[in-house]
Amino acid sequence: MRIGDFKASYAHDESLLTTPVQRSWMLGFALLVILFPWLGANYLTYLACLTGIHVIAAMGLNIVTGYAGQISLGHAAFMGVGCYTVAFLAKMGVPFYLCLPAGGLASALIGVLVGIPSLRIKGLYLAVATLAAQFILMFVFREWDGFTGGVRGVNLPPAELAGWVMDTDPEIYYVIMACAFVMLLGARNLFRTYIGRSFIAIRDKDISAEVLGIDLFRSKLLAFALGSFYAGVAGGLMGYFYRAITPEHFTLTLSIFYLAAIIVGGLGTVLGTILGAAFMALVPEVLRGIVSLITVWAPDAMALLSPMREMVFGALIICFLIFEPHGLVEMWRRVRRFFHLWPFKT
Amino acid sequence: MDWLSFIEFSLIGIFSGGLLSLVALGFVLIYKGTRAINFAMGEFMMLGAYLIYTAHSWLGLPLWLAVAFGLAGICLTALLVERLVLRPLAGQPVVSVLMVTIGLGAFLHGAVDAIWGGRNLEMPQMLPRKPLLWGDLLIPGPIFWSFWVALAVIAALSLYFRFSRTGIAMRAAASDPITAYALGIDVRRTQQLTWVFAGCVGAVAGTIVASISSLSPALSATALGVLAVVILGGLDSILGVIIAGLVVGWLESIAVGFFGGKARDLVPYLVVLAILMVRPYGLLGTRDIERL
Repeated sequence: MRIGDFKASYAHDESLLTTPVQRSWMLGFALLVILFPWLGANYLTYLACLTGIHVIAAMGLNIVTGYAGQISLGHAAFMGVGCYTVAFLAKMGVPFYLCLPAGGLASALIGVLVGIPSLRIKGLYLAVATLAAQFILMFVFREWDGFTGGVRGVNLPPAELAGWVMDTDPEIYYVIMACAFVMLLGARNLFRTYIGRSFIAIRDKDISAEVLGIDLFRSKLLAFALGSFYAGVAGGLMGYFYRAITPEHFTLTLSIFYLAAIIVGGLGTVLGTILGAAFMALVPEVLRGIVSLITVWAPDAMALLSPMREMVFGALIICFLIFEPHGLVEMWRRVRRFFHLWPFKT
Repeated sequence: MDWLSFIEFSLIGIFSGGLLSLVALGFVLIYKGTRAINFAMGEFMMLGAYLIYTAHSWLGLPLWLAVAFGLAGICLTALLVERLVLRPLAGQPVVSVLMVTIGLGAFLHGAVDAIWGGRNLEMPQMLPRKPLLWGDLLIPGPIFWSFWVALAVIAALSLYFRFSRTGIAMRAAASDPITAYALGIDVRRTQQLTWVFAGCVGAVAGTIVASISSLSPALSATALGVLAVVILGGLDSILGVIIAGLVVGWLESIAVGFFGGKARDLVPYLVVLAILMVRPYGLLGTRDIERL
């Protein structure tokens, strides 16, 4: 139960975590994240790494689609651009803490290029344009042998920091989580600034935003640049995580996965991004668990796993859009509201 | 490339463009009727082909009955989809409608994969295999005949929209739903019918594609390339997509002739980007004018 939430100073009003309860939850969560590789099995650490990467990439898409309202179906391709740039630089011996931002910047550059049509078209047309960009970039990944290694792909050396070679999951886990923390904090703060707020204004009504003096040209391209930057960094981390990358890692399916993640989580919220990405990453694992239980009675159920995964994926998107269009974050808010006054009024 | 093969590639391209126009018509019908791009079009194509295959090969029905069975199945699916998935989302933001059709596509794709499995199946013979020889030009039979089937379906639908009462009501509802309501047209019914027609068009197209190559869940991917045709023709213009289908078919075929088979993956999307940059509403589409 929470009684009284008084903001006595500006610093308090501006802080991200306003109540002691929030701060203690956050501390608990931070401890869990830090201790996680020791608590769980290797497989759980592997999943946590993957979830961390998905969270970063989904945050990028949420900036473009959720906050700025520009639908993008090419997010996976932006990740690919980041990943291949990182692979190229890493093989030349550039340390990973320079590679990742460079991958992000390369991706941002491509993102701006792809975002240019958004100045003339919006809605479904923009979705089709970004879809086209996805396919064209995929074509480049497959055919540009010198840079991307073609369909055979490229191998990355492990990330290395002052002689410490990070070639196991728990080690790269900390890199991913540190990046995720910094980038989520950045996103959370972005929407308290002029830039972030102009994105929201454009999403809600672009013409009124322009009348208010927001430069549409700059803001839309900036949204694409920022979103792709996140995607590029996530792609680079994915490279360091898998250490062998082929174009098949960045298909349209992955772009759709991220759109689904932000819709399931909640468009235009940071918490929703985290919830949605984690949820969508864990659902296939739960499904695998269920199916492996069923195999006791029906030995060939494993063959149905991949079609079932697809069906559940589609059904989740449809059900969330129809029954909970504001996503998991709205469910979470309802739970919180319930407990605010819990023993006294429900 | 000499003149002869240029002409041959051009003819093959134009003939295969008929099929592109047919699939594009499915997109356009739904866009005109409900202002949504149906990203599950490929799955409708695939499902229709699978239903016809099942009726013919598993149940042993004669071909015409199998086609009727398949179309009936698609009509039922389209009605269910419209009622359960699309109607609750009427008036929602673009991204929701877009995502729900994508989700629907994933669901149908998974369902087809679960029921029929992922392997290649052989469709019953529908179009004559025999290639046509015109002097030195060689046109593959299925592609030539698919053009005429597609043309017949498109012509039949156009006549229906031009002359039947229901067709005219559907056009009225598409061009201005509120006035149509006021005139006593049941707009919900026309939207249902739109989905049914689009589903049937998709099923016919899917069956043709499957009988030209083979039947597998990968069939659904063909629909995304057709977006080039839809964008070039204009999202809401039937005549536009017929012309655009032939143009894109020709362009693809010529590109394949010049640069090899890989060009087929690239050309449609380059066309899309070029059109969207220069003339977003396409050849004959209506220009959206935004009012405040």
